[in-house]
Amino acid sequence: MASTVTYDPDQPVSFYDLDEHEHPEGHSTMLGFWIYLMSDCLIFAILFACYAVLGGNYAAGPGPKDLFDLPLVALNTAMLLFSSITYGFAMLAVQRGAKGQVLGWLFVTLLFGLAFLSIELYEFAHLIHEGATPQRSAFLSAFFTLVGTHGLHVTFGSIWLVTLMVQVSSRGLIEANKRRLMCLSLFWHFLDVIWIGVFTFVYLLGMLR
Amino acid sequence: MSAHDDHADHGDANHGGHGSLRDYVIGFALSVVLTAIPFWLVMARPLADGPTAAIILAFAAVQMVVHVIYFLHMSGRHEGGWTMMAMIFTVIIVVIMLTGSLWVMYHLNHNMMPMPHDMSQMP
Repeated sequence: MASTVTYDPDQPVSFYDLDEHEHPEGHSTMLGFWIYLMSDCLIFAILFACYAVLGGNYAAGPGPKDLFDLPLVALNTAMLLFSSITYGFAMLAVQRGAKGQVLGWLFVTLLFGLAFLSIELYEFAHLIHEGATPQRSAFLSAFFTLVGTHGLHVTFGSIWLVTLMVQVSSRGLIEANKRRLMCLSLFWHFLDVIWIGVFTFVYLLGMLR
Repeated sequence: MSAHDDHADHGDANHGGHGSLRDYVIGFALSVVLTAIPFWLVMARPLADGPTAAIILAFAAVQMVVHVIYFLHMSGRHEGGWTMMAMIFTVIIVVIMLTGSLWVMYHLNHNMMPMPHDMSQMP
C-alpha cells in the first residue's frame, strides 16, 4: 500500500484494515493477562493506602503488638515462598514436556497454598476469638480487608490450580494448557510479590509502630 | 520472511517468559535471605526502630524486584516491551496514589480541629 492516500471515486472508502494478517490462537493472552495483573495491583495499592491511612486508628482497641504473632507470619511467608519455587519447578517440567512431573509439582504447590490458607484462617479465627473483629476498629477493618483480599486471591488461585491439574491430566500438555499454566504462573508469583508488601508493611512495620 | 518464520516468531513471543532452573534457584535463595533478615531484625531487635524500619523497607523493595525478574521473568524483550511498559505505568500510578493519599491524610489529621469527645465512647 502506498504511503500517500489518493481519493479514487470508483473505490469504496474503507477505514478498516481489511486484509489483517493472521494471528495464532492465544497470541495476545499473555499481554492481556499481564494487564489484568496490573489492574489487580492497583486494587492492592488502594487497600495498602487504606491500611496506611487507617492503620493507626485503634479506637482504644488492640494494636499490632497485641495481636500479631511473628513466628506464625514467618511460617506463612515460608509456605508461600516454597509454593512459588515449586510452581517454578512445575513450569520447568512443562518446558521438558514431562506431564507426570508437572502434575506432581502442581500438587506440591497446591499443598503449600492450602497450608498458607490454613495458617491464615487459623490466625483470623484466633483474632476474632480474642474480640479483634473487623468491626472493632478502623485498623482492624483495614487489616482484614487487605490480608483477606490477598487470602481470597490465593483461594481462587488454588481452585484454578486444581482445575488445571484436571485439564493437564485429561488433555495433556497441549498448547492451550501450556498457556493456562503460564497465566497461573504469573498470577501465583504475583501474589507472592503482594505478600512481600503485606508482611513488610502490615506485620513487620506494625510491630515497630 | 516466510509465513512459517512469522509463526515461529509469534511462538517465541508467547513462551519467552520461561525461566531456567538457575533463575528459580537464584530467585529463591535471594528471597530466603531477603525475607529472613527483616524477620530477624524485628524479632531480635538488634537495632533502633528507625534504622530497622528503613532496612526492612529497603529489603522489601529489593525482594519485589528479585521476584519480578527471577519468578515473573520480566524483561524489556517480551511482548515487544509492552508488559514492561504496563508495569512501569502501574508503578508510577501506585507511587502517585500511595504518596498522595498519605500526604493528604497526614495533613488532614494534623490540621483537624481537636475533637471535644473521646472516640472510644462513641456508639
